[in-house]
Amino acid sequence: MTASDPARWLDALLAASLFAIDPVGIGGVLVRSSADPLRDRWLAALSGLLPLPTPQRRLPSNIADSRLLGGLDLAASLRAGRPVAERGLLVEADGGVIVVAMAERLSQRTAACLAAAADRGEVIVEREGITERRATRFGIVALDEGIDDERPPPAMLDRLAIHINLRGMRSAEEPVSLVADVDVATARSRLLSVKVDDEALGALCEASLALGISSLRAPLLALRVARASAALAGRETLSAEDVGAAARLVLAPRATQLPSQQEPDVTDSGDKSEEVSARGNEGSETEERDQLPEPKSLDDIILAAAQAAMPPDVLARLKLSHSASKHRSSYGHAGMFRLSSRRGRPIGSRRGDLRSGARLSIIDTLRAAVPWQALRRRERGENALEGRPARIDVRREDFHVSRFRQRTETTTIFVVDASGSTALNRLAEAKGAVEHLLGDCYVRRDSVALISFRGSSAELLLPPTRSLVRAKRGLAGLPGGGGTPLAAGIDATRILADDLQRRGQTATAVFLTDGRANIARDGTAGRGRAQDDALAAARLMQANGVNALLIDTSPRAAAFAQQLANEMAAVYVALPYAEAAAVSKVVRANADARRSGANGG
Amino acid sequence: MQIQNPTANPVFGTPEGLPMPTAFPFSAIVAQEEMKMALLIAAVDQSVGGVLVFGDRGTGKSTAVRSLAALLPKMQVIADCSYGCDPDTDRTRCVDGCGGRAAKGKSRAVPVPVVDLPLGVTEDRVVGALDLERALAHGVKAFEPGLLARAHRGFLYIDEVNLLEDHIVDLLLDVAASGENVVEREGLSIRHAARFVLVGTGNPEEGELRPQLLDRFGLSVEVKTPNDVTTRVEVVRRRDAFDRDPKIFARRWKTEDGKVRKRIAAAREHLSAVTLPDSVIARAAELCMRLGVDGLRGELTLIRAARALASLDGVETVTDAQLRRVAPSALRHRLRRNPLDEAGSGVRVERAVAEVIPA
Repeated sequence: MTASDPARWLDALLAASLFAIDPVGIGGVLVRSSADPLRDRWLAALSGLLPLPTPQRRLPSNIADSRLLGGLDLAASLRAGRPVAERGLLVEADGGVIVVAMAERLSQRTAACLAAAADRGEVIVEREGITERRATRFGIVALDEGIDDERPPPAMLDRLAIHINLRGMRSAEEPVSLVADVDVATARSRLLSVKVDDEALGALCEASLALGISSLRAPLLALRVARASAALAGRETLSAEDVGAAARLVLAPRATQLPSQQEPDVTDSGDKSEEVSARGNEGSETEERDQLPEPKSLDDIILAAAQAAMPPDVLARLKLSHSASKHRSSYGHAGMFRLSSRRGRPIGSRRGDLRSGARLSIIDTLRAAVPWQALRRRERGENALEGRPARIDVRREDFHVSRFRQRTETTTIFVVDASGSTALNRLAEAKGAVEHLLGDCYVRRDSVALISFRGSSAELLLPPTRSLVRAKRGLAGLPGGGGTPLAAGIDATRILADDLQRRGQTATAVFLTDGRANIARDGTAGRGRAQDDALAAARLMQANGVNALLIDTSPRAAAFAQQLANEMAAVYVALPYAEAAAVSKVVRANADARRSGANGG
Repeated sequence: MQIQNPTANPVFGTPEGLPMPTAFPFSAIVAQEEMKMALLIAAVDQSVGGVLVFGDRGTGKSTAVRSLAALLPKMQVIADCSYGCDPDTDRTRCVDGCGGRAAKGKSRAVPVPVVDLPLGVTEDRVVGALDLERALAHGVKAFEPGLLARAHRGFLYIDEVNLLEDHIVDLLLDVAASGENVVEREGLSIRHAARFVLVGTGNPEEGELRPQLLDRFGLSVEVKTPNDVTTRVEVVRRRDAFDRDPKIFARRWKTEDGKVRKRIAAAREHLSAVTLPDSVIARAAELCMRLGVDGLRGELTLIRAARALASLDGVETVTDAQLRRVAPSALRHRLRRNPLDEAGSGVRVERAVAEVIPA
C-alpha cells in the first residue's frame, strides 16, 4: 500500500524531529512542495523543534559569492582605516540551519560552495585580500518548488539525507502539536550512545543497492537517520522501526529501481531494471506488494518500508525511465541549471577596463581601490595617517567590470533524419559529424543538443549540454528506420530554439536530412501533405529567427531540400557523399561566419 | 570582525586561527586502488605532473587528497623566506633576497604545502596583491604573496575543478606553464617562482574540463562507486566511525598510515637508483603510438610514473608490470575524444596495453 496523506504528513513531521536532533549529521531535508500553507506549517513545526537559540538563515538561490562566503567589508574598512572582514552567510549559520529558497534554481557553483562548507565543517575564504578559515556546522533545509523533473543540483540532493514530498498532499488534519512533546535536547544527548550493529549496517547497504542507489552517501545518511530515530525513542540500539524510518525517509525517495522479490542476488542491476520495466501496470504492482509474506529479516523490513513509502507516480516514473529514455535521467538537469543562470545574471566581477563596453562594477572597483588610499594620498603629498579621507581616489587599475554569463552562448541543435530513407550509412555519417563538432564545441564551450525524427514523431535525444559523457550516451542510443516526419522534426527544433533564445542564448540548427518528407504533422502518411507541412514549419521557424543550416544527405541534390532551406532561410549544402569531417567543416565555417557577422552588426 | 593577523604566516599551511580538521587516514580508504596509486606516485615524483580525479559523487575523492597531505615528508626551505625557496636550487632571483641566508646554511624543515584553491577565490588572492593591512593602516606598499606562492614546491588542490571560473583557470595555466608568477601593478613589481603540482577533483556530470587544463595533469583517474555489498559496508562503517570521532579513528589507523609515510619517503630516496631499461622505454613509445597520443608528454609521464611506481614497489628495475598498471592513468586523458566509443578511454588504453604488453 502506498502511504496515505495522514501517514505522509506524520512522516514529514518525523523528518523534522530527526533533523532537529542531528542537523549536521543528517545534512538536511529536501522539501518538495509548492509555496503553500502546508509547507509553512512544516517549517513552523521545525522551528518549534529547534532549541533556542538556533540561527536560521535564508539563502536566496541567486546569492552572490561575497554574501555567501564573505570577503572585505567595504564600508567598515573605509571607516576603520584597516581591512575589516565580512562574515558570509555560511559562517553566520554556524550551529543552525540554512533554508535554501527555490533550491531548484540554485546554481551548481553555489551548491558546490555549500557542499564544501558542509563537508569540511569550515569555510575557506581567499577573497579580496582576505585569507581566513572559519568553522561552521549547519544543517540545510532545501525548499524545492521544481515542477516535473526540475530538480536542485545533484551535489546538493546527494548530501541531504531526507527527501520529503508535500506535493499533492491535502492539508493535513493532524495538528502540528504532535511534535510538541518531542524532547530534542534529550534525544541529542543520547545520540552518541546509540550503537550500530553490523546487521543494521549491512541491511541498509544491501537495501540501497537493491533499490538501485549508487551513491555511498545514501546508506551513510540512512544510518544517521536511523540513529536519530533510536535516540528519539530512547533506544540504545537500532530497532526495526529505526531502520524502517531511515528506509522510508532516505532510501525510498532515491530509489531508481524496484528490488526483485524472486532473486535475492543484487549484483546485476542491469537485468533487474529490465525486469522492472517488463512488469505490469501500477495496479498489479500494488497487489503484488500486498501479497508479500510477512517480512522476516531486517533487509525485508527495510525494503518493504522503502517500497511502501514510494508514491504510485514515482513507481510509474521509475518504469518510464527504465524503458525508453534512459539518457534523460534525473541529473539531465545539470545543463538546465547552467542555462538558467546564463540569462544575463551577473556572476561576479573581474579586473578589466571599460573599452569593450563592459559594465563597471562599482562596489568591486571601490573594494580594489580601498587598499591603495593611504599610498595614493602619500603620493599626492598628503599625510597618510592623518585626516579623514574626503573622497576615494579611484584609478583605472582599480576598475572591475561585471561578468555575466555569456549572452552569446551558442547551442548547436543537430536535427538528424533517422528515417528509413536516410540510409543507415547516412546516420553513421551524421553521428560522425556530431562527434567532430562536439570536439569543437567543447573547446569553445558551446553546447550541443540532439533531435532525431523518424516514424511518426521527433524526439529530443539530448537536451543542451556541454558534457561529452552525456552526448556520448545520447548518440549511442540513436536508432534508425521508419517514415520521415520532417515537419515534426522542424517543429521540435523551433520549440527548443525558442526556449534557448528566451534564456538569452543563440541557437543554431543543423539539419541533416534528404528532405523526403512523407509523414504529415498529424501523423498521416502521404508525400504532398507532408511536404506542405514541412514548408509551413520551416517558415514558422524562420519567423522565429533561428539560424539554420541544411545539409542535404540525399545521393543527388534534391530540389525539395533546397526549397525547404530557402523557406527557413538556411544555408543549403549538398553533400552527396558527406563524410563526418566534411560536414563538421561546413558547420564550423558557417558558425564562424555568423559569429563574425553578429559581432560586426 | 577584525582580521586575524593576515601576514603572520602567509606561506605555509593554512591561515592561522583554526586548527586543521583531522584528515581521514589515507590507509583507511577502502578500494579505489587506482586513485591511491596515482596520488602516491605524485607524492614520490612531483615531476610526473598533477593528478586529476574524476568520478561519481561520494567516492571520497577529496578525502583521499586531503589524507595524502598528512603523509608527505617534510621539505627543506631557506629560513624566513616567504616563498619557500629550496636551499639547494632556489638561491638566486628570490624577491625575498633569501640567497644570502641560504649561503649561511640557514634552513628549516617544513611540511610540504597542500594549498586549497576554494571556489569563489578572487584573482588577487591567487597571484598575490598589495598587503591590505599594511597599506591601509600604515600606507606601506608591500606585497602579500598569494596562493600560488604558498603552493610553491607543493600541491595546489582544486575541488570541483570543472566549476572553477574561466579567468582563474587562465591564470593557473599561465603560471603552471612558466613556473613563475609575475605581478605588475602600480609600481608593485614582483616575480617569484611558483612551481606546484595541480591536483583536481570533480564530477564529469557537472561539465567537462577545458583541454588546456586537462593537459596540465600528468595522471587522470576515474573513480566509480563500488557496487559490491562487502566493500560498501566497509566504506560506510569506516566513514561513520570517523565522523563520530575523528581523533580516535585516526589514532586507530596511525600505524598503517605510518607505513605509508615510510613507503613514500623510501620511494623518494630510492627513485634515482631505479634503472629504466631501453625495452620499457620502447614499449611506452609503442603504446603511445598505438593510441595516437600526440607529443612526448604522454610518453614522458608514462615512464616517470612507472619509475615512481617501481620505487614504491621497492624494486630495482622498471618492468612491464609497472607500465601496465600506470598506463590507464597516464594516458586516458590524452586520447583523441571519441564520443561514439561507448567503451570510454580507460578501456581503450587497457585494450592497447593488452596488445602491446601481453601478460
